[in-house]
Amino acid sequence: MINDILLSNNKSKGKRPYFMEDPAVERVMNITMAVATELAVTHERLDTIERLLEKKGLILREEIEKFEPTPEQAEQRQHWHATYIARILRIVQQELEALQQAPENNRDLEEIAEELGVS
Amino acid sequence: MNTTPIINLPPVYNKIQQHGVFPELTHDEIARYNFIASLNKHLATVVSPANKVAYEKRVKPRFRMEKGREIQNRAELKEAMKKDPQYQTWSALRRCTMEMRQQAGRSIVLRQAHRLAERAQKFNEQSKDSLVLNPNVKVPHYLTIMDNHCMPGSYHTELFKGDVSAAANYDTGLFVTTAGGLGKLTDGGGKALAVHVKTHFPHFNPKRILDIGCGLGHNTLPLAIAFPEAEVIGIDVGAPMLRYGHARAVALGIKNVKFMQLDAQFTGFESESFDWIQTTMFLHETSQKAIYGIMNEIYRMLKPNGLTLHIEQPQYTPEMDIYEQFIRDWDAYYNNEPFWSKMHDIDVKELMQTAGFKVENMLQFGARAINDNEDFTKPKAPEVEDHGRSAVWNVFGAWKI
Repeated sequence: MINDILLSNNKSKGKRPYFMEDPAVERVMNITMAVATELAVTHERLDTIERLLEKKGLILREEIEKFEPTPEQAEQRQHWHATYIARILRIVQQELEALQQAPENNRDLEEIAEELGVS
Repeated sequence: MNTTPIINLPPVYNKIQQHGVFPELTHDEIARYNFIASLNKHLATVVSPANKVAYEKRVKPRFRMEKGREIQNRAELKEAMKKDPQYQTWSALRRCTMEMRQQAGRSIVLRQAHRLAERAQKFNEQSKDSLVLNPNVKVPHYLTIMDNHCMPGSYHTELFKGDVSAAANYDTGLFVTTAGGLGKLTDGGGKALAVHVKTHFPHFNPKRILDIGCGLGHNTLPLAIAFPEAEVIGIDVGAPMLRYGHARAVALGIKNVKFMQLDAQFTGFESESFDWIQTTMFLHETSQKAIYGIMNEIYRMLKPNGLTLHIEQPQYTPEMDIYEQFIRDWDAYYNNEPFWSKMHDIDVKELMQTAGFKVENMLQFGARAINDNEDFTKPKAPEVEDHGRSAVWNVFGAWKI
């Protein structure tokens, strides 16, 4: 058998060009575009589900557009958004924590390794 | 309400014609391809034209200020554009879509690679004599030095015995890269060629046709269909392409076509044995050394009064604006088609003359893909050309008289 996950993501032969001054920016852009693709895939799947449900007479798509959550549902949904946003913006939160914390919370690991390695 | 469309949409992937060896696609795999085709369309129609604006408004004045003169050639223009953030963004996104398209295609075909190989083999066994593989054929340097179109493993890599995944990946993705512009079987190039030849040379009745660098035969089959009495031979060095292409032809019921593993430059065919020798979007994937050798070989194999035609993107002539040359050249360096740039600079008359063709017997015409996609996919809004991707070509060739 072949490792299709690994092989699917192989690099092609030839040096990869980077166009932006900082390759890090381009790396993030590539990851973001891949995530954007997967969001579009999920969107299309949901669209299929809605259309099938409507065809089978289980819902009207109009009902989705007009949907009003109950207070309890609304809170659950907003809670989901808050969790989701915090998760994807994790690094921003962590950079803020680093600024707020005492220097001992932000010591260089190379330095700590040296310190722990002293006999 | 005004319902005139203001944008052209690519066809949904479900429009593609599936044949007997075509990979199975899940809902999400189709959706992924739909996204990538839409992204390509957006880049071509919205982001790419902004390069020209950046060139006029930012790059040109800056160059003039720094050097006290105008940009003189494509190379200078390229260096100047590299510093522009708009061009950087477009380039980074375009490279990204090419890589995402490869990832998407490979993830489709590699998860079912063994099943695809078995299916191809079943079709191939139905017509054993029309597939001639030769593992001793050496893959030329111009194909091994890098992977064409950023396809990992290019056309020739076999992951296991009987593998067809390189071809299956190519077959699924062309519809996405060209936004369906080549039709349901991505054979719009071959179809356009067949129509042109039949219309303009009604007395030409080729008995033996050779298609060099045929790949999976998507442009070979239209020739076999147009000339059902002719024996059509497609040659390529990539065994996965030939295996899949032959199975595809059998599955589509085309009988007068044969696929052979041969190097274009050293075919071993008899001299003066073909009436028509064709290359379709192949020459730009060779090299300066090979292209002259291939043209010599074509001249040798062609019968007297025979025809050779070559479909490529337009040549960079002195009349072509340097900005257009520059933007057309993008694929050479950034989509791994390195000979593209030099090939389009070649004087094709000189190339053909060196092989033995006479200038007075040469011909040149434009061609546009025959696209059988219907409904909303027919362009409605005015559209800019997606240089290097649009199914609009230059055809050059000659009669051997």
